[in-house]
Amino acid sequence: MRSRLATLAVLAAAALGLAACGSGSTTGTPTTTGPSGPGGTITVFAAASLTESFTEIGKQFEAANPGTKVVFSFGPSSGLATQITEKAPADVFASASTKTMQTVVDAGDATGTATFAVNTMMIATPADPSEAVTSLEDLTNPDVKTAVCAADVPCGVAADALFAKNSLAVTPVTREVDVKAVLSKVQLGEVDAGIVYVTDVKGADGQVNGIEIPADQNVTTDYPIAALTGSSNAVTAQAFVDFVQSAAGQKVLADAGFSAP
Amino acid sequence: MSRARGRSATAPPWPVALPAALAVAFLALPLVGLLVRAPWGRLWEVLTSPTSLSALRLSLVTGASSTLIALVLGVPLAWWMARSSMRGRSFLRALVTVPLVLPPVVGGIALLLAFGRRGVVGQYLWEGFGIQLPFSTPGVVVAQVFVAMPFLIITVEGALRGLDGRLEEAASTLGAGRLQVFREVTLPLIAPSLIAGTVLTFARALGEFGATITFAGNLEGVTQTLPLAVYSGLEGDPAEAVVLSLLLLAVSVLILVALRDRWLRTGAAS
Repeated sequence: MRSRLATLAVLAAAALGLAACGSGSTTGTPTTTGPSGPGGTITVFAAASLTESFTEIGKQFEAANPGTKVVFSFGPSSGLATQITEKAPADVFASASTKTMQTVVDAGDATGTATFAVNTMMIATPADPSEAVTSLEDLTNPDVKTAVCAADVPCGVAADALFAKNSLAVTPVTREVDVKAVLSKVQLGEVDAGIVYVTDVKGADGQVNGIEIPADQNVTTDYPIAALTGSSNAVTAQAFVDFVQSAAGQKVLADAGFSAP
Repeated sequence: MSRARGRSATAPPWPVALPAALAVAFLALPLVGLLVRAPWGRLWEVLTSPTSLSALRLSLVTGASSTLIALVLGVPLAWWMARSSMRGRSFLRALVTVPLVLPPVVGGIALLLAFGRRGVVGQYLWEGFGIQLPFSTPGVVVAQVFVAMPFLIITVEGALRGLDGRLEEAASTLGAGRLQVFREVTLPLIAPSLIAGTVLTFARALGEFGATITFAGNLEGVTQTLPLAVYSGLEGDPAEAVVLSLLLLAVSVLILVALRDRWLRTGAAS
């Protein structure tokens, strides 16, 4: 009995440990496309900051191309790039930084890339801010708790560039794995401010406050997209890339707060 | 539990070998992958980098702290659950099991809603004492205790319930007080389970990821334990993530070796 309990405990430990580490996203891509046009399923790896806009673009793409299905995996661009260079079955990659896209190109997993949107940064504060944060300078106050993305993630690179550009010494209390994690810490009121994209504040639907950063102090981030060379459904993958850059796709992105490239 | 004697009668038929071999391969191959792809040439450089060293130090300190807290709080609860005849004991047992089956990230959100700056309890800590557990090293310990203490409680409670009560009764008849009986008779009897439970708790605390990153955040030197450093490494330098994974794998193997008498030989002993 005792040993059985111990065994159970060990198994549970193993299961929990595995569950905790499981963050891979591998979706099969059946090739049901005909030679005529787009069809079948494609898997799109996209930066976390594209969650709302790409979900909408995906719906419109499916409606415009009957028989297609777009499956998304949203996450930090750098992590997605690693999965792609490890040959995860993805058909399209939309990144929040040209640098992570370049690692995919260098690995031979993508050739032609195009910039489809531009994002800028914003300070997000809780919907009922307890501390007065009104400008970038306020973030240097040691009593103001600030969350930013990890230094290797595009939104973290942008945040660090933002602080450097304005010669501000900001000590964040946490470096979250992606921009949505920063946003949720702000939403829960655990931090007084977070550096996120303009589009994240817009997508949060009033659950956070946005404080604009003047254009001359702000930094911009280019978003490149590419159909991947490893795609088993290249026709549909390219059709999706074209759709993102079409008038319909650009309208969704503009509504989400992105600037045109 | 009677076991049939003789190999021929109990040995599995040969077709069982195929799925069994697949199971072995499935469990072993990821570890092989880790070993094959490890950047052995950079091993020392990555292991001794400031990020790795601070993550290792933080993991050991927080893991040891949460194991200690789990012992101080968990053993009394296990004793209570095993020996008291109060009502609601099965409810208590279910409650203790919840963190075992709960996805750690859910535990992290629950902890935030309870102990966060605007949490049910946390708002008083913040307003009254200016204490904010999230983004602090004590917050890491809180997350680890939440997910790891149930291992200790369940292991120790099981041992206490399986104990032959006559020895304790004898000691009590001879005039020993209840605490003295527990200290001098009960504890030595359950020592193997107590040690196993402690090691398991430490192992679980060391591997804690989901609740920690959700509740305590991720900052080098403050809340970035080894598993968080592995995940963060994956974003920047995957080779670093692999090396740190190897380190955690080595620790796991050490723990298995420490537990081998209790776990790997369960077929023989019972």
